[in-house]
Amino acid sequence: MTRRLFTTNPRALALLYLLLALIAVVTGTLLSLLIRIHRTWPGLAIPPHGVIRPEDYLALVTMHGTLMIFFVLTVVPQFAFPNLVLPAQIGSDRMAFPRLNAAAFWITAASLLILLAAFFVPEGAPISGWTSYPPLSALAAAGPGQATGMDLWLIAITLFCLASVLASISFLATIFTRRAPGLTFARLPLTVWSWLVSSSLTIIAFTALFIAAAMLLADRHLGTSFFLPSGLVLNGTALNGIPRSPGGGTPMLWLHLFWFFGHPEVYITILPGMGLASALLANFTRRPVPAYRLMVAATLLIGFLGLGVWGHHLFVSGMNPYAGTAFGLTTIAIAVPSSAEVLTWLAMVFRGRLQTTTPLLFTLGFLSFFISGGLTGPILAQPALDAYLHNTFFVVAHFHLVMAMAGVFSIFAGIYYWYPLLTGRLMNEALGKIHFWISLIAAYGVFFPMHLAGLAGEPRHYAQLTGPVESFTRLLHVERGITWSAFLLAAAQLIFLFNLFRSARPGSRPAGENPWRATTLEWSPLAHPIISGDPYDYVRRPGHDEDFHPQWEPEKPF
Amino acid sequence: MPATFTRHTVETERREPGFGGKPPLDRRPTGGGGGDENWDSGHSRRNGPRETLIRYRMAVLSGLAGDFVFFAVLVSAFFVRQSSGHIDPSENFVSDWHPLAAPPILWINTAILLLSTLTMEIARRHLFREIDIMEEWLGLGRPAVRRAAPWLIVTILLGGLFLTGQWIAWQQLAQQGLFFATDPNSHFFYLVTGTHAVHLFLGLGALVFALVAMFRFKRVEMRQIAVDCTAWYWHAMGLFWLFLFGLIAFFQ
Repeated sequence: MTRRLFTTNPRALALLYLLLALIAVVTGTLLSLLIRIHRTWPGLAIPPHGVIRPEDYLALVTMHGTLMIFFVLTVVPQFAFPNLVLPAQIGSDRMAFPRLNAAAFWITAASLLILLAAFFVPEGAPISGWTSYPPLSALAAAGPGQATGMDLWLIAITLFCLASVLASISFLATIFTRRAPGLTFARLPLTVWSWLVSSSLTIIAFTALFIAAAMLLADRHLGTSFFLPSGLVLNGTALNGIPRSPGGGTPMLWLHLFWFFGHPEVYITILPGMGLASALLANFTRRPVPAYRLMVAATLLIGFLGLGVWGHHLFVSGMNPYAGTAFGLTTIAIAVPSSAEVLTWLAMVFRGRLQTTTPLLFTLGFLSFFISGGLTGPILAQPALDAYLHNTFFVVAHFHLVMAMAGVFSIFAGIYYWYPLLTGRLMNEALGKIHFWISLIAAYGVFFPMHLAGLAGEPRHYAQLTGPVESFTRLLHVERGITWSAFLLAAAQLIFLFNLFRSARPGSRPAGENPWRATTLEWSPLAHPIISGDPYDYVRRPGHDEDFHPQWEPEKPF
Repeated sequence: MPATFTRHTVETERREPGFGGKPPLDRRPTGGGGGDENWDSGHSRRNGPRETLIRYRMAVLSGLAGDFVFFAVLVSAFFVRQSSGHIDPSENFVSDWHPLAAPPILWINTAILLLSTLTMEIARRHLFREIDIMEEWLGLGRPAVRRAAPWLIVTILLGGLFLTGQWIAWQQLAQQGLFFATDPNSHFFYLVTGTHAVHLFLGLGALVFALVAMFRFKRVEMRQIAVDCTAWYWHAMGLFWLFLFGLIAFFQ
């Protein structure tokens, strides 16, 4: 039993990661529905809890963001999927350091437990948002949940940092040392390239968050004031007498440290999805990736530039305007490699023979969200425009489309695509397509109107639009539409869950050995393949029936 | 196992060379009779002593890259804090950064740590002397371990001495009334030296582990790996300390 639970088998670990993400995503989705309910019907009493107070609303937002960003959008593409296919895709039967790799999972699980425990401590979950800006996050008296709840949040995040660095070390060592004979870097699948870059980013970014969280904990408990300025006034009380705190720190330090983590984190969550999009588009258009080296270069460039753009989150923080201009330029520069990838995908879509399977539909959905969310990126990257749009729903719309929806749709694509590896069966296509179309329409129904609300000036983080100030009440009907779309979006996921468990039962469609007629090594029946070809060799050779050449098969003469 | 075999097309054809135009290593002819290089299994090549060593080094270096970021972040935070201040009501820029005189014992500590890096390197090289390792591998004795052990013990002692020296430095500062929570500069002094001390403490644990491993591990390459990885970690900590000490001593 112990051996089965504390397994080092990467596929079993992938399943554990997916279950952990399922817990997080169900909780996070329920929280988001509560957020929507509160924004639409602020006075409604929710049975076990009662009316949602403004501080409860902030706790909902905080926990929704933390759960989704760390435990869903990072855990699945960056931890679960590599465990599922990374060793297989490089022709290895295991990770380079199986026990290190397994330890990362258990630390992640502990981190999730500690984070969820914050709901149940006195005063409940923290309320300072997933970004936890000081000074409010540094002061236990700043609000309910800012005492024990905030401590638990910080401990959970610290553990998560540790786990992700350990997992990334294991992935990097695996990619560099366990490739099958013949699998050169020029033959690596683009997913593996993505994990190579995102794992490097993880080591850099999460270390920065680790030290920032440690400094914040020191501010909270050891009487330092890295982030606490002098002359603080909280609820009308001067706080110069916080026990032992000398003051004189600056919250800006946290902003820089946090976003030095936070922006690379965006690429950590989306780069694996971009690699997967290339792979799946090649698979389901039956065409090779047209510019393999360009795609690799773009992936590397996005990773590199991604480390130098964090300042665009700080345009209105009082940062030097010259620095703002520089960060705006680097941010617009990152649109160049991103566009190179997008144009390559579009070329594949328009020149390929599309096989409209569910994984392909979700990849196209990813592409749609990546483009529609990405287009608002260069708008927000300009300090002058951001001065107006900062902290409005426009930003909420932007990152929910480009990071959350694109990320989630690529997760769905991956699950529909790799499901046979876990169960030996295929998921139901009809249900998958219904799931896709409802999700796509409902997701746009949720996030597209937010652009308009944001342009009209609707601020983030306000618990409700009605009250003493009436200026936003005319947006209430938009809010209502968003809420109904959100219900539809959540309901569509029930179809997915049904399909997920139903298709695993005996009697549903068996997958066979290579159900998608794919070329990459996770579908190889061989334990120790020798590689002789390119990763996406979907080319029909004259005189051959097949229109693809798997990487593990010896090259046939033309 | 048949005595002859057909060469795989990978071996005979040169499609697409690897990066830099060089053919991949795995396509090099195996030479002679092939012997233990049972390359159809695909296993031996990835689990040989050299490959295992490279795998462990890769992991340690990735971890150290993270550690480098760790200290780089501390150093940048130090400079950000040092250069920040506030504007008072009469529009004067006021900095509340009080320079902190590094205790002179840090110079001695630095020398001790550099010396320990040297002894560590000597120990590491003893474990990679071909003749000695060959003897160990054949089971004729433990010459490499016997030669490396004293140097490893000296490294442990020097590392302990360094940590004691750091402790004394903290005591000296505390006597001047400078604690972790006293002022922004002392925050950073204790944070920088403290986190580095924690790293060195873990390093001492690794050194003791490597010492035990040298005598206990059955496989020769695992003895080498234990010492080698500890050595790279220890060298990195020495290097990081040089930067941190420079920061504390010269950039107040």
